[in-house]
Amino acid sequence: MSLDAKKVARIARLARIGLSDDEVQTYQKDMEGIIGWVEQLNEVDITDVPPMVGTGLATARLRDDIVTDGERRDDVLSNAPEREGLFFTVPKVVE
Amino acid sequence: MVFDYTLASARDALRKREISAVELVNTHLEAIERLDGRLNSFITRTPDQAREAAKAADDLLAKGEGGALCGIPLGIKDLFATEGVRTTAASHILENFVPPYESTVTANLKRDGAISLGKLNLDEFAMGSTNLTSAFGGVENPWKRQGSDARLVPGGSSGGSAAAVAAGLVLGATGTDTGGSIRQPASFCGIAGVKPTYGRCSRFGTIAFASSLDQAGPMAKNLRDCAIMLESMAGFDAKDSTSVDKAVPNYEAALDRGVKGMRVGIPKEYRTDNLPEEIAALWDQGIAWLKDAGAEIVDVSLPHTKYGLPTYYIAALAEASSNLARYDGVRYGKRVTGPSLDALYEATRAAGFGDEVKRRILLGTHVLSSGYYDAYYLRAQKVRTLLQRDFLQAYEKVDMLLTPTAPSGAFAWDEKPTDPVQVYLNDVFTVPASLAGVPAVSVPAGLDSTGVPLGLQLIGRFFDEETLFAAGHVLEKSASFSHRPTLHAGVSA
Repeated sequence: MSLDAKKVARIARLARIGLSDDEVQTYQKDMEGIIGWVEQLNEVDITDVPPMVGTGLATARLRDDIVTDGERRDDVLSNAPEREGLFFTVPKVVE
Repeated sequence: MVFDYTLASARDALRKREISAVELVNTHLEAIERLDGRLNSFITRTPDQAREAAKAADDLLAKGEGGALCGIPLGIKDLFATEGVRTTAASHILENFVPPYESTVTANLKRDGAISLGKLNLDEFAMGSTNLTSAFGGVENPWKRQGSDARLVPGGSSGGSAAAVAAGLVLGATGTDTGGSIRQPASFCGIAGVKPTYGRCSRFGTIAFASSLDQAGPMAKNLRDCAIMLESMAGFDAKDSTSVDKAVPNYEAALDRGVKGMRVGIPKEYRTDNLPEEIAALWDQGIAWLKDAGAEIVDVSLPHTKYGLPTYYIAALAEASSNLARYDGVRYGKRVTGPSLDALYEATRAAGFGDEVKRRILLGTHVLSSGYYDAYYLRAQKVRTLLQRDFLQAYEKVDMLLTPTAPSGAFAWDEKPTDPVQVYLNDVFTVPASLAGVPAVSVPAGLDSTGVPLGLQLIGRFFDEETLFAAGHVLEKSASFSHRPTLHAGVSA
């Protein structure tokens, strides 16, 4: 499968990573190489094989629906790159 | 001489009061001061906290109290969140991140009295096999080729951990292993490393790369030291939904069990056409050592081995793209502003992530995107089932597997291939066990013809780390690996 520059730019947009046109070219070349290499998996017969989701060693657990860790507002905000009072701030989203 | 201590012998000396924790910690801090400007194994040093903790440890030891690791100086891979101490994942995007909480693994080590000297360098977000992708610069392997001063890589991603232990700057270090990130650097730096069964150590507070594969483990001079550390690090944690509620055995007690009557599998698929002759020879030597100690050697087949690496890269990159979506410049971490929220995200992530991390996020996003999910991600998950079955079927015949740890010894910084696929091949022998979730260890077994260390890997059954400690200790005793790297705290400059 080929990955053209347009496709790489679209993937970068989905991943919210800003790329220059030059970077798109570089990543396109690398990604094409890697994708070509992983396509050897197409040789494997996977008929009736279930997908492995985790190792199956841990079992899902239920716990009581109660607060076990809270009242840590200042901790949560302590690494905010920008904030106003008790709020994280972002550029205006709604006109 | 302080730098001759192993973790175990230092523990015993501390208890007998032959040395104080303050002296032990100060001597190691002084060695870091002396050597680490060059090695660059630490990202953040915490000497003041370490000295304070050492005083407190001495108070406990004087009363005959203190946990299993009381007064022992360790290094912590900078992927474990440490409360109040900067935690970077070797990335610009977290260069000023100070966690308000502690990872479970480091909390366990602290509970048992271990003293952290600081946070150790790694590949950015643990993505790499060379430690050269760190935003804080590469790490120099303390080993040198004979007659050459070329800077060698320590392996990765736990390269700072491996280099710091090998150079004698700490008595042990935490590592994390997603596809070989404990075992390969342990092999490159001539130390022991343990990747436990998936679910043995809690992932809570360990910065996530690929959550279905990430597993913390110990790295130290030998397996006894690793056993002591793992017993402290492991255990059930309600804060990690993949943590397994299973009692932690006394790993140290397993070391002297021997291998008499045990069956050791030799997977034929690991004997690849391009395996260097001296690594094949060392592997044969390991087989002979285990046989001499009374083990039965059995040829086995893991037929899907060659699909391990491509399966790993699809699974790991897909999970990474999802895990790293959280770095958005809003709640913590670096922010680069822009005119809109999307522009802020794009600028932040463009500036905050390095090249390898971006490449992996982009690939992971691609294999998960609509129209490609079934062809790549779902297919890889199915092949992963087959890879796990290979191991489970082998374990019907054998108790463990013996293989080389890596297809080469440490190479020079400027010998790193430019093709990403060639770099990924470093993990060819370590990735399958990660995908299956089974435990594995690497022990130093010899030097190659250029004088750099080579490791052997033992892979075991789920939660049977004890057998690996027993068999690994047989290898250690047979190899009697006592070589030291050129750059070592015990060698005065």
